[in-house]
Amino acid sequence: MPFSSLSHIQTRLDNAETTAVEVAQLYLDRIATHNETLNAFVYIDAEHVLAQAEASDKHRAKHGARALEGLPIAVKDIFCTQNGPTQCCSNILKDFHAPYDAHVITKLKEAGAVLVGKTNMDEFAMGSSNETSAFGPCRNPWNTDTIPGGSSGGSAAAVSAALTPAALGTDTGGSIRQPASLTGITGLKPTYGRVSRRGIIAFASSLDQAGPMTRTVKDAAMITSVISGHDSGDATSVADAPELDWLAACDKTDMKGLRIGVPKEYFVEGMDAEVRASVEAALKQCEALGAELVDISLPNTKLAVAAYYVIAPSEASANLSRYDSVRFGHRCDNPEDLLDMYTRSRDEGFGAEVKRRILTGAFALSSGYYDAYYLKAQQVRTMIQQDFLTAFENVDIIATPTSPITAFKLGEKTDDPLTMYLSDIYTIAVNLAGLPGLSQPCGFSADLPVGLQWIAPAWREDVLLSAASAYEGATDWHNKSPKAFDEVSGGES
Amino acid sequence: MDIDVQKVAMLARIRLNDDEATELAPQLNEILGYVDQLAAVNTDGITPTAHPHDAAMPLRANVVTNGNRRDALQAVAPKTESGLYVVPKVIE
Repeated sequence: MPFSSLSHIQTRLDNAETTAVEVAQLYLDRIATHNETLNAFVYIDAEHVLAQAEASDKHRAKHGARALEGLPIAVKDIFCTQNGPTQCCSNILKDFHAPYDAHVITKLKEAGAVLVGKTNMDEFAMGSSNETSAFGPCRNPWNTDTIPGGSSGGSAAAVSAALTPAALGTDTGGSIRQPASLTGITGLKPTYGRVSRRGIIAFASSLDQAGPMTRTVKDAAMITSVISGHDSGDATSVADAPELDWLAACDKTDMKGLRIGVPKEYFVEGMDAEVRASVEAALKQCEALGAELVDISLPNTKLAVAAYYVIAPSEASANLSRYDSVRFGHRCDNPEDLLDMYTRSRDEGFGAEVKRRILTGAFALSSGYYDAYYLKAQQVRTMIQQDFLTAFENVDIIATPTSPITAFKLGEKTDDPLTMYLSDIYTIAVNLAGLPGLSQPCGFSADLPVGLQWIAPAWREDVLLSAASAYEGATDWHNKSPKAFDEVSGGES
Repeated sequence: MDIDVQKVAMLARIRLNDDEATELAPQLNEILGYVDQLAAVNTDGITPTAHPHDAAMPLRANVVTNGNRRDALQAVAPKTESGLYVVPKVIE
C-alpha cells in the first residue's frame, strides 16, 4: 500500500476498502519512522492531517467524492499555507506564518486533498541538491549518502520513499524534473502561465511554475488538472489557456504516428555513460511502440545556462528585495539605523547561495551593465525559444535525458557553484522557453535512478502525458522502490 | 573584469564581512566569466523576451478586492505599534 499510486488509493477509497483517516495514518507512521533519516519534511502537524482526513471521510459520506478526495499530498515549503509555518527553508523566514493560502493550496483543499506537511527544499529554491536548505540537507532514498536533487528535493525524497503518495514542487530551472529524475519518480512542470503563482514565494517570476511529483503519469495528470486554471490574482496566469482532458491523455498505450525529436545537443560528452545508455534504450522502446525518431538540432542549447544565470538571479535580486525586515521576516537585534537594519538582517537571514544569486543579479542589473547582461540574456532567451518553435514544426515532442548525471554525494559540489549550476543543463532551456516538461524514470546507473525528459509545445501537456503514459505502460521502472524504505516487498511493489 | 563585491553588496543591502567578501569574489567572477560567453552571440535585431508567451498584461477594474486584514498582515511583522510598522529612527 505505501508505494501505491494516488489513483490506486483513490480506487480503494471509492470502493470503501479503506478510509482517508487510515491512509493518512499509514503515511504519518511512515514519516515518523523514516523522516529522521531523510529529512524530507520540515514541518508535520499530525493532528491537523488527521483532522483533514476525518473531514474528508465525512464529506465523502455526505456529498460524494471530489477530484482528490482523501488523497494525501505534501507541499514544498515554498507554498504559503495558513496552517503551520511557511519558511522557504530560509532563516529570513524563520517561523513565518502566511496570512493566506497559495491559490494552488486553495484548489487542493477544494478538491478534498489532505495536506500532509511542508517538504524540505533548497533555500528560496536556489540549488540543485537541497543542500542550501536552512534546515539541513535532505537525502536520496536510493542511497542516503547522495543528494535527492533540488530544489524540490524534499518533495522528491518523500514521494520516492513513500512518505506521501504525491507532492507539489516548483520548477524554475528544473527543480521539479531534476529531483524527480534523481529519485526515480515522475515530475511535471506545466506550461508557464498554466498554474497560478499567487502565494508561491517568488524566486524568478518569469520562470517559476508549480507542478506535481508523483509515482505515475496519471497521478501527475490528476493533480495538474486540479491546480491549473486562470487566477485573476496572478497577472501572469494565462486566461485563455487551451483546456485539456488531462486524464484521457493518460489512456494512450502506444506511440503510433508520434514524431519524437532527439536533439543532438543533449547527447554530448560529460554525460554519464549509463545515463546515455538508459535514455537511448528508452528511445528504442518508443520506436517499438510505434514512434518515429527524428534527429533535430536546438543550436542555442549551449547558451541556456549562461542566459539563465543572468535572468534568474536578476529576477531573484528584485524579488528578494522585499525581505527588508519591516513587514515580515527576520530582523537583527538592536539595529543602529535603517541601513544597519536592512544590511545586517539580510546578512543574518540569507544563506551563502542566496547571497551569491542576489549579488550576481544586483550586478547584472546595475548601472552600466544592464545592456551587456540582462538585455543580452533576454535576447538569447528569444533565440532559445525560437529553436524550439522551429523544432516543433517538424516533431510532436522532444525527448532528452533529464540530467546528465545521477545523484551525487552530499558535499561533492558545494564548494563549486558553477559546476552545480551546470548540472541543470538539460532542464533550464524549457523554463526559458516557458514550455511544459515531464521527467519519468527510465533506468538505473550504478543503482541510482535515471530520468527521461519529455518536452512539448506550449499548452500541450496532453502530448507529454500521452507519450509518458505509453512509455510507462510498456516498462516497469516506475514500480521500482528503494529497498531500505520498502519493508514489505524489499524493492518491488 | 573583477567585480567589486562590497559595492554590489551595498546595492543589494547585504552586509558582508571581509571573510565572506573574500570567499564570494572569486565565485562571482567565475560565474560572470561563464555568462560572458553571451557577449559573443550576435543578437542584432532580436527582440528581448518580456513574457514567455508574449502575453499582454491584463487589466482589472479599479475596485477593492480584499477586505481590511491589517491585523492578520501585521501579525507577522517584526515590530508594530498602533497599526504602524516600527523601524529605527530615520530622521534626526
